[in-house]
Amino acid sequence: MSKVKSMKKSSVRNAATYGIVVLAFILVSIFSKAGVLSRSAQGLLVPACCYIVMAISLNLTVGILGELSLGHAGFMSIGAFTGVIVSMSLQAAIPSVALRLLIAILSGMIIAAVAGFIIGIPVLKLRGDYLAIVTLAFGEIIKELINCLLVGIDENGLHFIFNPTGAKSADDLGLTEAGKVIIKGAQGATGTATIANFTTGIILILVSLFIVLNFVNSRTGRAVLAIRDNRIAAESCGINITKYKMIAFVISAAIAGAAGALYGMNYSNLTSSKFDFNTSILILVFVVLGGLGNMLGSIIAATVLYVLPEALREFADYRMLMYAIVLILVMLATNNPTVKNLFMKIIPGKKKEKTERKKEVKKEGASK
Amino acid sequence: MKTFKRVMALVMVAALCLCCFAACGSGSTDDTTSSAPADSSSAENGSTTPAADGAAFKIGSTGPLTGDAAIYGKAVMNAAQIAVDEINEQGKIKLEFKAEDDVADGETAVNAYNKLMDWGMQILMGPVTTGSSIAVGAKSYEDRVFSLTPSGSSTDIIEGKDNFFQVCFTDPNQGTGSADYMAENMKDAKIAVIYRNDDAYSQGIFNTFEKEAKAKGLSIVYTGTFTKDTATDFSVQLTAAKAAGADTVFLPIYYQPASVILKQANDMNYTPTFFGVDGMDGILTMKGFDTKLAEGVMLLTPFSADADDAKTQAFVKKYQEKYGDTPNQFAADAYDGIYILAEALQKSGCTPDMSAKDICEKLIEVMPTLKFDGLTGEGMTWAKTGEVSKAPRAVVIKDGVYVTPGK
Repeated sequence: MSKVKSMKKSSVRNAATYGIVVLAFILVSIFSKAGVLSRSAQGLLVPACCYIVMAISLNLTVGILGELSLGHAGFMSIGAFTGVIVSMSLQAAIPSVALRLLIAILSGMIIAAVAGFIIGIPVLKLRGDYLAIVTLAFGEIIKELINCLLVGIDENGLHFIFNPTGAKSADDLGLTEAGKVIIKGAQGATGTATIANFTTGIILILVSLFIVLNFVNSRTGRAVLAIRDNRIAAESCGINITKYKMIAFVISAAIAGAAGALYGMNYSNLTSSKFDFNTSILILVFVVLGGLGNMLGSIIAATVLYVLPEALREFADYRMLMYAIVLILVMLATNNPTVKNLFMKIIPGKKKEKTERKKEVKKEGASK
Repeated sequence: MKTFKRVMALVMVAALCLCCFAACGSGSTDDTTSSAPADSSSAENGSTTPAADGAAFKIGSTGPLTGDAAIYGKAVMNAAQIAVDEINEQGKIKLEFKAEDDVADGETAVNAYNKLMDWGMQILMGPVTTGSSIAVGAKSYEDRVFSLTPSGSSTDIIEGKDNFFQVCFTDPNQGTGSADYMAENMKDAKIAVIYRNDDAYSQGIFNTFEKEAKAKGLSIVYTGTFTKDTATDFSVQLTAAKAAGADTVFLPIYYQPASVILKQANDMNYTPTFFGVDGMDGILTMKGFDTKLAEGVMLLTPFSADADDAKTQAFVKKYQEKYGDTPNQFAADAYDGIYILAEALQKSGCTPDMSAKDICEKLIEVMPTLKFDGLTGEGMTWAKTGEVSKAPRAVVIKDGVYVTPGK
């Protein structure tokens, strides 16, 4: 009986998460149609969606799987550059923007998943701090590798050069007259057609929410949670730790790749130095602030913290200082038990949950 | 009772937070006003310019006002403000100027650009850096906003965009210009190059420099690279350059890593001729940098603050009075940029009540017909593509100022 109840509870919470995203989409659409939304707010929509999806993806690794990843921007980077290459090379073949966007995001997803699998082999053998440091290194390696990449396209197909010494330039690609350079090594991808839009961003958020929330409630997800909570106990129950960790990690990488692809197609200029350690940490901050394992929290935290620096433009040079202060205050406030209790009281769902849990405990005690 | 206590606690927390905010807010404004003569805070609150009953052209600009490349952004905004004030004084045409911070990052630059569009910007005099210019360029092309970047130097900025023009040289011009200068004046130099290979600007100049150097028969004995993350130690590159017997080190990089290179070369008693491009400009005004180290450094820049023509002298004097700094090439580019816009606006007969789109179309027609004499060159002309044509000039640093070599 209690099982049915708890399932219902989680599905109610999931429905609320989807509902809020859809509601936000409807509201924003109405506002932008009515012309109330300023240009700067409209410009923030797509990147905000990308960062939300990144936060959901990283929350899967950090919150659900319980492993600290400091190189998540690397997967975003892979997705972004894959997306840009795919969308630019299909520009002539597929005139439909929506279809091209879909294919680009899917391929960003697949390549990032492959990268996640390859990186996962050595990384997931480690635990705790060691794992965090190795993921950090991988993030940097991905950044440097993309720095060495020259990609161009002409009627004969794609041309790649791997240019580790920096001695070669786009001229060495051997493109024909009609050819076009897509990625110029360190100069990154320039002249990308910006085809990303807000609707795609929202769909991407919903899809990644769907994947992650269903994953958590699945058999595999429960195994992953068991590994997070007690590795030894999980292992002794016959759970294949490497397999389940890998599944979660690859899914996380794939979602990050999709977010990256959308991000890459929102800017006509993209360099791999954008996806550095700072970006990884930024996303980690979203996740930690939103609550580990709490998807709705990640979404809200990512939105607020992404919009905040722009909203603080009035402070001119002191804007990043203000951002830091706000961050510290929010972190302190959300960890304060008094404030936490207050939130419990304000949000009725949580309160019920708490009392129910108390009741359950009482019942258990009684049956014993 | 318990609830009351909790509520009170929360109220107190909120009050504390508010106090913090208020304190910080007022603190920052205090700082801003007190440091106004030293730095460019007046440029950020660009509203200092009188808006003259709304009959002014709204010119916006984005650039790094904080972060690594802040010297460029501040120089541009300061000089642009001077030019705007001068033009407003002359009274032929009214301008209003507003600057937004973009931290030299494409994503933030697009946000800053959108913010300016909300403000009602009609013409964009920016962005300052290359990456931002490319990112913003796509948007301004879509919106049909006329854009003139003072210092974004890559050809990628103007490629395929009829509304984007440049005041400064393009990177290929800088690379070939440097190689041509060396071929003419230091034919037997053994050249080492140290450049940043994860930076569009640096890589772009290096590629064209290498090509032109080969064509002119210059000998490059060593090529060293670094990235953003390894820009703090150059002992490996410098040792290798020394071992290769290089007597000229070409540095197509920004001034910050260049300052480290100069320091470390000095520490290891390696004294080649250092040769920079316009990114080196700004090294003399860098905080905490011993300008003695830059003695004898050559650089290719279209502007030198010691030039004796009246225009430059007047500008340098005004800039020093207002901001307490010697203006660099970026400042001069921006100063010219505003004057170019003013001249083009007058010639095209635009009025401030026109939409950004209409102004854009008119200016696109006028720009290729313009011939402009400014601080950064006489008889500057523009191709339809947006590229400027003017002569580069080499300067050498002597006693902490730029002088023309051989003077």
